[in-house]
Amino acid sequence: MTDRSKLGFYLLLMPLMLWLITLIILPHIGLFMVSISEKIGVREYETGLGNYAVFFNEPLYWRTFARTAFMSIFTTILTLVLGFPVAYYIAKLTRGRTKTTLFLMCLIPFWVSELVRTFGWMILLRETGVLSNFLQYTGVIGGPVEFLYNDGAIMVGLVYTSILFMIVPLVTTLDSLDDSLIEAGYDLGGSGYSIMREIVIPHATPGIVSGCIVVFMLSLGNYLTPILLGGKDSLWFTGLIYTQFITRFNWELGSAFGFLLLALSSTIVFLGLKLSRQSLTETMGR
Amino acid sequence: MIPTIPQTNVLKWSYRAYVTLFFIYLALPLTVVCVFAFNDSVFPSLPWEGFTMAWFFGTEAPFIGVFNERSIMRAIGTSAFVAMWVAGLAVFVGTCNAFLFVRHDFRGKGFLYILMLLPLIIPGVILGISILVFASSVANTLEDATDLWFDGLRPGLLLVILGQFSFITTFATLVISARLQKFDPSLEEAALNLGASKWGAVRQVTLPFLFPAIMGAGVVAVLMSFENFNTTLMLVGSDSPLTITMFDKLKHGSTPVLNAVSLLLMIISAALGLLALLFQRSKE
Repeated sequence: MTDRSKLGFYLLLMPLMLWLITLIILPHIGLFMVSISEKIGVREYETGLGNYAVFFNEPLYWRTFARTAFMSIFTTILTLVLGFPVAYYIAKLTRGRTKTTLFLMCLIPFWVSELVRTFGWMILLRETGVLSNFLQYTGVIGGPVEFLYNDGAIMVGLVYTSILFMIVPLVTTLDSLDDSLIEAGYDLGGSGYSIMREIVIPHATPGIVSGCIVVFMLSLGNYLTPILLGGKDSLWFTGLIYTQFITRFNWELGSAFGFLLLALSSTIVFLGLKLSRQSLTETMGR
Repeated sequence: MIPTIPQTNVLKWSYRAYVTLFFIYLALPLTVVCVFAFNDSVFPSLPWEGFTMAWFFGTEAPFIGVFNERSIMRAIGTSAFVAMWVAGLAVFVGTCNAFLFVRHDFRGKGFLYILMLLPLIIPGVILGISILVFASSVANTLEDATDLWFDGLRPGLLLVILGQFSFITTFATLVISARLQKFDPSLEEAALNLGASKWGAVRQVTLPFLFPAIMGAGVVAVLMSFENFNTTLMLVGSDSPLTITMFDKLKHGSTPVLNAVSLLLMIISAALGLLALLFQRSKE
């Protein structure tokens, strides 16, 4: 390397390092440091795991954590089950212009703010909302029914928000599966089920994994949907973090919560990649 | 299940019905948001009271339209300001990163690449609080040491910009790298042979080739910045961007003004989306 191109290399390296060090690495180290410091007086702290102990000793906190995790896993499974047939339809059963149109229609929610989407569900599901009125009109129910403010509403909203992140990678991987392989499967006497299991799903695994990872992460870190669509008892872990930081001003406990959420989401991503023998670079760096 | 394979009609039609239902599910919330922007009632719900444009242009309470609602107009201005900065910074750093990762081989490249992807798998709320905590501790240290005030590092627009920049840059890097990988380096070598300087060749040959990706990344960055909620929520100060303002209004009961804003947002996004698509087209 000449001196000149070495200079160019360092000039290119600088913005990357500045960005990663000051906005990603140091803040997360800082977050961890705050999470292991306990307040013992005004601007006096000592190092300890007290904040984590608070988390494990207070049932409200760890139950909310577990609830958030389970509901996110459930959202991920639901999104996969609902999204897979649609992705398969777009990738394998349509051609040309129809295909492009359907694919672009799947992307529409991405172009609209999550707030607007959630607002739409509020209009649909509330007691005076469209669904309740429609069902009264058709005579299915006698009086107004509140569909909002429960876990079901949260699931509907979460699936809606994240389904496109499942469908896009699925369509991409299914698209690359040669139709003749499926035909060959039928010629060799396979049933619809066995072909799905032996040919289609193994081929689509990279898409399934990257879709699931993104959907799980988005659900876990979601704040808007559970807060706006959920009821008084439907706590979400990000809501607890917000309360500790902004309302209670207890940054030490809030940081511990944040770190636990980060640990959970990283673990699941790591396990997902390990189980399917994928690497982060190929899954995300599409 | 592909066209060449025979299937019973029942199966075929139930499959189609499912896909149709799915697209209705997809379109429903957005449709009702748009429709109720024109309802002549103070609540965005049924019954339908008649068509009105008051939620856009109205001047008399309670029918104050978007264009006369000061808080919303100001929030749109704030959002646009933030989005411009975020897009500019993200595209600049993204372009540098693309050149670094595509053109250079160095020790630790794989590791840095994974670090670069990390913001994709960090939940937005965590990104927000970690930057908040870090900026505050830097501000505290600096203030203790110098007796000056460092308000820029307290929650406010600077932190919002930095917070959004911190993950949008990854998207910009990926989009621009993908384009740079398709570039034929011999074009640049030709320019060098013809007497161009290294920087001149990059500026006159490579950057014009990258232009569609750079603009595309810019448009996506503007959109993501406009829509971002989680990271912004933790870093926002007294000037709130649009999503935060709307969220506050939504918590205190909604009026069709919010529908009108949402409709405007959708129109802006659609326009930006088309723009991105056009840039994508001009690539080929």
